[in-house]
Amino acid sequence: MDKFDVIIVGAGLAGLSAAYVLAKEGIEVVIIERGDYPGAKNVTGGRLYVNPVRQYLPDIWDDAPLERHVTNEMVTMMSPDNSVSMRFRSDKFDQKPYHSYTVLRATFDRWLAAQAEKAGAMLVTKNRVDDVIKEQGKVIGVVTAGEELGADVVVACDGVLSFVAEKAGMIVPGQPRNFAVGLKEVIELPRTTLEDRFGLTGDEGVAQMFMGSLTQGRFGGGFLYTNKASVSLGMVVGIRDLIERKPGVEVHLLLDEFKERPEIVPLIKGGEPVEYSAHVIPEGGLAGLTPLFGDGILVAGDAAGFSLNMGITVRGMEFAIASGVMAARAIIEARAKNDFSASTLSCYQQFLENSFVMKDFRTFQHTPHVLDNSRFYGYYPQFAGKLLEDLYTVDSGPKAKISDTIRKNLSLGESLRMGKDLLGGLKI
Amino acid sequence: MSERRSMKAKLGGNVFKPDRERHINIKPGFEKDARLKAALFVCPAGLYSLNEEDEVVLDIDGCLECGTCRIACGTEVLDWNYPNGEAGVQFRFG
Repeated sequence: MDKFDVIIVGAGLAGLSAAYVLAKEGIEVVIIERGDYPGAKNVTGGRLYVNPVRQYLPDIWDDAPLERHVTNEMVTMMSPDNSVSMRFRSDKFDQKPYHSYTVLRATFDRWLAAQAEKAGAMLVTKNRVDDVIKEQGKVIGVVTAGEELGADVVVACDGVLSFVAEKAGMIVPGQPRNFAVGLKEVIELPRTTLEDRFGLTGDEGVAQMFMGSLTQGRFGGGFLYTNKASVSLGMVVGIRDLIERKPGVEVHLLLDEFKERPEIVPLIKGGEPVEYSAHVIPEGGLAGLTPLFGDGILVAGDAAGFSLNMGITVRGMEFAIASGVMAARAIIEARAKNDFSASTLSCYQQFLENSFVMKDFRTFQHTPHVLDNSRFYGYYPQFAGKLLEDLYTVDSGPKAKISDTIRKNLSLGESLRMGKDLLGGLKI
Repeated sequence: MSERRSMKAKLGGNVFKPDRERHINIKPGFEKDARLKAALFVCPAGLYSLNEEDEVVLDIDGCLECGTCRIACGTEVLDWNYPNGEAGVQFRFG
């Protein structure tokens, strides 16, 4: 059996970041990817926040093929027949180094893979890893294309369904309550059209989140990101809610209906839809994290559950990059001791605990529970829309006092429930 | 309102490479299982449907490999794997 120092399964952000750091240390590392190229199987919404990860992959960000830096943050609450939007623009977000960028993964991951290869990592594409080889409970390699490959450490970076972690006996298939499904269309628009339409100058970008009636009371929401010459438009819906909420609706019809909203139609008019993608997203937060290490194995990125709903942002890519880098650092430490047992590799968990990764997961550990409240997806957007509609309406008769209009829209019972939700919201 | 594109047209914009076998199969005897009904709603490509015998059937062409049906229905009713290397969807944007 051919043997490497490290085998990484999956050329996504976690795997490529780990490979880059290991290769820079002169460690013999091979990345095995089932797609035709890195990124071929990967999907994001998506936006990448660079600040948290700049230090983990230093010196590479200047050349990264990112799309637009986000200067405009929008939130839209939707009701069946109206919507309330907030648009926040900041000069600060238009200053270098930019803090967040829209991104397309097929481009970005290929580029990151090239950096890892340049550093000395070996990349094998078009190969699915079919099994994990264990010896006396310790992971010692993988099987791909009928061939056995050995390694001191295998790093499972094979995404949200991690078959590697499953075959290694670390996890069992996930439960619907801990996952959402994301659907996305990429719609091309000429640069100038896009910039005029969204009120953007140069490489500025907009990130818009939608919540409310578009998910028909289900956990989730919509998103729109402007890329250089395309728009990423999609939505995320909790899988448990899709199964349990009646009447049932086919998730792709929710996206169609969202696209037909008058808020969206003019934004994508005349655009050329060029791709339709979908992916499961871990949404379990702290409680949804998998075991992170075992004898001869580490788990990073989505495979470990590193995706976090922080209320107005859902983040995964920064955690993937940072966890990949910290997995590499743990391996470097294990090599110094020439011991790849779980107890030595457990320093990976420690590195994560000391970093923004586990700190964010602990800070936002109550978010999944707080957001699991259908009032956020139904009542509140409708309350806000109806209130504003009444306030802005001028009828033939005399106009009611503003305070009376608010009172009419908000019963005592609703105020109490709102107070309770607000208290819950303070936890996040 | 612009005209709604069919799922076929949506998926037609993607690059798919054929596989030599189906990578997801409904386990024999589970075609009418209640757990499998979830697939009718959760599949972003709408690949699951009911036949005239009220059995759930899966048309694998156009699978986005998202994993939603595996999470929603479970591995007791679905035999679920990724396509072989060099097969399946190849996202150009992602």
